[in-house]
Amino acid sequence: MPHIWDISAAADCAVAAVYDRRIVGAHRAPLQRNPRPVIILISMEPIFHVDRLNYGYTHTPVLQGITADFAPSEFVALVGPNGAGKSTFLKVLAGLLRGYKGSVEFYGKPVAELSSRDLARRMAFVPQETHMVFPFTVKDIVMMGRLPHRTALFDTRRDAERAQEAMELTDTAGLSKKVFSELSGGERQRAVLASALAQDPEVLLLDEPTVYLDLKHQIQFYDILERLNAERQMTIVSVTHDVNLAARYAHRMIAIRGGLFVADGSPEDVLTPQHLYEIFEITAAVFKRPDGRGNYIIPTA
Amino acid sequence: MLCLVVLLITPWIGSTPVTWRNVIAGVSPDREIFLIARLPRILFGAIAGGALAVAGVLFQAILRNSLATPFTLGISTGSSFGAVVAIWLGLGTVVLGVPFVSLAAFVGAFLTILLVFFIARTRNALPTFTLLLAGVTLNFVFGALIMFIHFAANFTQGYMMTRWTMGSLDTADMNAVMRTAPFVIACLIALIWISGQFNPLAGGEEWAASRGVDVRRLKRTSYFIGSILTGAITAFTGPIGFVDLIVPHAIRLVAGPDHRILIPASFFLGSAFLVLCDTAARTIFAPTEIPVGVITALIGGPFFIVLLRRKRGELW
Repeated sequence: MPHIWDISAAADCAVAAVYDRRIVGAHRAPLQRNPRPVIILISMEPIFHVDRLNYGYTHTPVLQGITADFAPSEFVALVGPNGAGKSTFLKVLAGLLRGYKGSVEFYGKPVAELSSRDLARRMAFVPQETHMVFPFTVKDIVMMGRLPHRTALFDTRRDAERAQEAMELTDTAGLSKKVFSELSGGERQRAVLASALAQDPEVLLLDEPTVYLDLKHQIQFYDILERLNAERQMTIVSVTHDVNLAARYAHRMIAIRGGLFVADGSPEDVLTPQHLYEIFEITAAVFKRPDGRGNYIIPTA
Repeated sequence: MLCLVVLLITPWIGSTPVTWRNVIAGVSPDREIFLIARLPRILFGAIAGGALAVAGVLFQAILRNSLATPFTLGISTGSSFGAVVAIWLGLGTVVLGVPFVSLAAFVGAFLTILLVFFIARTRNALPTFTLLLAGVTLNFVFGALIMFIHFAANFTQGYMMTRWTMGSLDTADMNAVMRTAPFVIACLIALIWISGQFNPLAGGEEWAASRGVDVRRLKRTSYFIGSILTGAITAFTGPIGFVDLIVPHAIRLVAGPDHRILIPASFFLGSAFLVLCDTAARTIFAPTEIPVGVITALIGGPFFIVLLRRKRGELW
């Protein structure tokens, strides 16, 4: 189907031109089983279109009128103080919190109207921490990611291939027979990422994925995300408290405070002393990284 | 692979007493004993054991707790309460196709299910912790009520109540088999069909939801299937403990926690286990029978204590 490929390439180029400053490669990722021309053609639209989103738990409003678009292939970092609504926002995007007001569209369809299964085939969610109650192995965990794609009761060869590929990408293939609950924090989080990748997602949503990891594993984890974003054009939205790490990897940074987006732009634009004071109530010095990849901050008071 | 082995081995273990009985029946002319007394009892034991074990798997999966069983949720006790009330009111002799006591036990189980369900349910969720607490609380309440009725009842009734709450397969006949088998097998097939969805539930409800599982529907379906399986079996046998607790654990130790294997394997091991226990109950002190609940608890208790010692901290 050379023609469709051509169209998709053109479409992607257009998307790249419209939405992203950095994407050069045009083709869909090799991870995609078969090129899905329909998706590619509508990918001119934003992946997520959020309009006046409100969400509250019982009596306390958490999100108070968020409006934003997320484009394909973006690498977005959501930052903000505790209780600002970062995780809540991410879970609304993931379709895990459905009683919201306003509109949240995933490729033009309201998230609340899509079934969990439809969503899980196209987006994956990585939580802060995962506890498994039964002695599942890493392989089992990764295979759970194939559930939304599986129609038969048992795993097909394709499931096994995808799982293997996901484990290799995250460097967990050697752990596949180990029991998940006996792994170290870094290994666990990589296994969870492998499970998410086995879903073959176009969008990866991560809720403070590196909060319990040491420095080496934080960098290792974000390196994998960077590769997925660069090589497979995977859209990544990650909530994090580590603004320096976010600035190093993300292309777009959104600051949330009090359930509102208070700053949205490149990490350089968002991480200014004034913003930091307004968002985190800290005084901080902002420096340029020696390697030229964004800024970093040092809180001074 | 292990699943296949288990599946191949368990029917053999289960059927061993059958072939052994068969030989006896061939030698002596009392085919009636074999066909009317023993075969239905073994068949019913197999169905009951399998159903209880599968109910255990279900509750452990949806409550994400290896100690969750129909008993923890108050269903067994609710069922006992129904039976005890029926005996107390002297309805024990009334027969409407099924023994009235069984009917009352089923109603008791069913009402308990609804009660626990509505106590625990919030506007749009079914929180695990509340569910367990509601179950444990109702266990105490029904336990107290049973004791009270026991106290108020006369000697004969008291004896019947004690026998009933001990759990036994001696009431089983072909009628009971025919009434429960189609239902249990249908449930089993349905559960195997959706068994893959129970796996991600081990990582939490959000984990399952983000892997495409309709968690609310899955929890409701399995809660009701599990409860009704237990209710239907307990109605005929009285509460038989430990099958629902031990069998899933044993399978997890041998074949791993994958529910696609765990559910069918638990059914077969549960069948085999209960039939063996019942055979022991019938033969150890022959011609006197001891309640099968005594055997399951005596085998199950120590087994479980060993398990607790070995895997402390990992079970929940």
